[in-house]
Amino acid sequence: MSDQTAPPKLSAKDRLAIQRQDMPVQDATARAAAFTEVNLGYELENAVVEAQRCLECKNAKCVQGCPVNVDIPRFVSLVAARDLAGAARALLGDNALPAVTGRVCPQETQCEAQCIRGIKGKPVAIGNLERFVADWARTNLATDQVRPDGPRVAVVGSGPCGLTAAGELARLGYRVTVYEAFHTAGGVLVYGIPEFRLPKEIVASEVDRLRAMGVEIAVNVVVGKTLKVQELLADHVGVVIGVGAGLPAFMEVPGEDLKGVYSANEFLTRVNLMGAFDFPRCATPVLKGRRVAVVGGGNVAMDAVRTAKRLGAEEACIVYRRGHDDLPARAEEVHHAEEEGIAFRFNVAPTRVLGDEQGWVKGLEVVRMVPGEPDASGRRRPVAQKGSEEVMPFDQVIVAIGTRANPLLTATLPELKLTKYGNIAVDEQGMTSIPGVFAGGDITRGAATVILAMGDGKVLAKSLHNWLQQGAAAPCAGCTH
Amino acid sequence: MHRIIANTRLSPNVNRLELEAPLVAKARQPGQFVIVRLGQGHERIPLTIAGVDRAKGSISLVIQAVGYSTKALVALKEGDAIQDVAGPLGHPTELLEHGHAVCVGGGVGTAVVLPIAEALAERGVRVTSIIGGRAKEWVICERELAACGQVQPCTDDGSHGRKGFVTDALKELIAAGGVDAVYAVGPVPMMRAVSELTRPAGIHTVVSLNPVMIDGTGMCGGCRVTIGGQVKFACVDGPEFDGHQVDFTALQARLATYKQFERQAEDHACRVGLQG
Repeated sequence: MSDQTAPPKLSAKDRLAIQRQDMPVQDATARAAAFTEVNLGYELENAVVEAQRCLECKNAKCVQGCPVNVDIPRFVSLVAARDLAGAARALLGDNALPAVTGRVCPQETQCEAQCIRGIKGKPVAIGNLERFVADWARTNLATDQVRPDGPRVAVVGSGPCGLTAAGELARLGYRVTVYEAFHTAGGVLVYGIPEFRLPKEIVASEVDRLRAMGVEIAVNVVVGKTLKVQELLADHVGVVIGVGAGLPAFMEVPGEDLKGVYSANEFLTRVNLMGAFDFPRCATPVLKGRRVAVVGGGNVAMDAVRTAKRLGAEEACIVYRRGHDDLPARAEEVHHAEEEGIAFRFNVAPTRVLGDEQGWVKGLEVVRMVPGEPDASGRRRPVAQKGSEEVMPFDQVIVAIGTRANPLLTATLPELKLTKYGNIAVDEQGMTSIPGVFAGGDITRGAATVILAMGDGKVLAKSLHNWLQQGAAAPCAGCTH
Repeated sequence: MHRIIANTRLSPNVNRLELEAPLVAKARQPGQFVIVRLGQGHERIPLTIAGVDRAKGSISLVIQAVGYSTKALVALKEGDAIQDVAGPLGHPTELLEHGHAVCVGGGVGTAVVLPIAEALAERGVRVTSIIGGRAKEWVICERELAACGQVQPCTDDGSHGRKGFVTDALKELIAAGGVDAVYAVGPVPMMRAVSELTRPAGIHTVVSLNPVMIDGTGMCGGCRVTIGGQVKFACVDGPEFDGHQVDFTALQARLATYKQFERQAEDHACRVGLQG
């Protein structure tokens, strides 16, 4: 892009006059029947114009709003100057997975919520710009092939926390091996988040970039089973655990073992990771309901209900125990779901799944909920209104009410301190009760977001590095690395 | 990639595959399983590890060709490879300390009960095995089980051993007394019948469940089973459970979830020439 002349510097007044560039999207009717990506991405001209809206604040609040502290004004100003290679290098220096975060981050509550332009009007579309730069980099920016020769470190789990930690550690010169239980790297980015929101090809290319940086990925290794953490400590100077949230929670109402009841994890894994939408070309099947209820109101619930719609459901309905404004899902996902014809049933909670004689789901009994006293989070806790039960005819029920900590790894490591919820307990630096073993993401937080897990990954890499720099040879005395 | 070292036919639709999986072989204990994915586009399926050879770094899987994926697996030849093998998963078998254990195997389940019988015999427990099949050629692992103790084969047509069900033979053993534990692996109706037989006698009964499973690490909950009124995941809480606590009716119903798809998958395989 250096052959193009940089546009003249705009005044603040000029910048303030520019309207926010909308993200081009696929038509709602067409996309509700397809798994191709909903958001189409900016063209160069949209991106440059949008970038010119940035006031390049000295004390940029947006950076503080970003869990991985991307230097946003820097890369945005480089886009405004049409220096895409410079923008890409700046962005990649701060964020290991920008093509992912540009697509799945809740920018409206993070960077963009802090943007000064949001006070009077719309904030700079930081997420859209991040995505634009990351996508440009994927096809135009060669990755430097690096062969780190530092000490070996192990990363357990290849989701957002693990991949971010791996990238940062590789950059610091460590030889990193990422151990993944599934046959493909990416964790929730490949099994959980659907193709129409985050194409798997994007995740694969981000992972390939890490490989080019010298990160090794060992798939089909279930740490705790195939290899114990103690075994990893024997030939690595440190271990970073980012294994995710694990066990899906069920509603614990009668009828949950009927055929046609899925956890959102199972439903999404079948479709996303195993390609069940392409059955029988892909051998893994998925039940395709005609009338599908998805219980829950988070991002996972939105992913599941929009997936059910794409699989051909005549009715795909969110069943949520609070109201519309309480939905924890990202605003954009709710908006897209509404555009795609997703039904919403608010202020009801399931009490029973009803089945036919063959054991297939035929309905969902729900009870009306009214807001009660505020709970610990300050939100009013819904209370069931006795006698208000009704049966809604559904032939499939997908449960998306959260996850619990998976004991698979922690059970094999009794000296690892856990919280009362079974999550791994860590100090401020992310170190667990075992020296040299760090943990982050959902296994320490409970179910949270991709970007918070990535923020943890970045912190953990730095913490592990600092810990080793401060002469952590002591705990390793006697071993052979 | 996991190279196939040997593929041996054990019965008309059951094969034993020996394959390279050094990390799994090293860590595995009796009762544990692996998740296998033959390659791109294939299903992930759980298979109990029938045996290991640590020196060779290999594991053995005994597979009944019943559907699209299992047929593709038994069709593999020596030198072919399986792309993905993850494990060992699940809890190891809780083995009886001493006394007399009866190991009941039905069809391909006999291969799952074999490593349990071997581990029991190794620690000095007296083992009696009752194994069943439709006819003589369907009875498997008899020679290996004979190395662990007495074996009573049963066939539906009487072509080998006793004519009748494995439960008939078990009934007699229980009546004779002195049975401390029963390990039963086979079709759901068999495990249910065995559990009903041992319940009044108060004999501890362990069954190994094989529900629909994807990840095998607790992440999807597809393998949930009801044990004593509580929801458990076979992959992380099992796969072995107290037979007297298992809700076999719900298990049997859930196992039929994807029946309608199996025909489609096989038709597709025929059309694209994956099978004869």
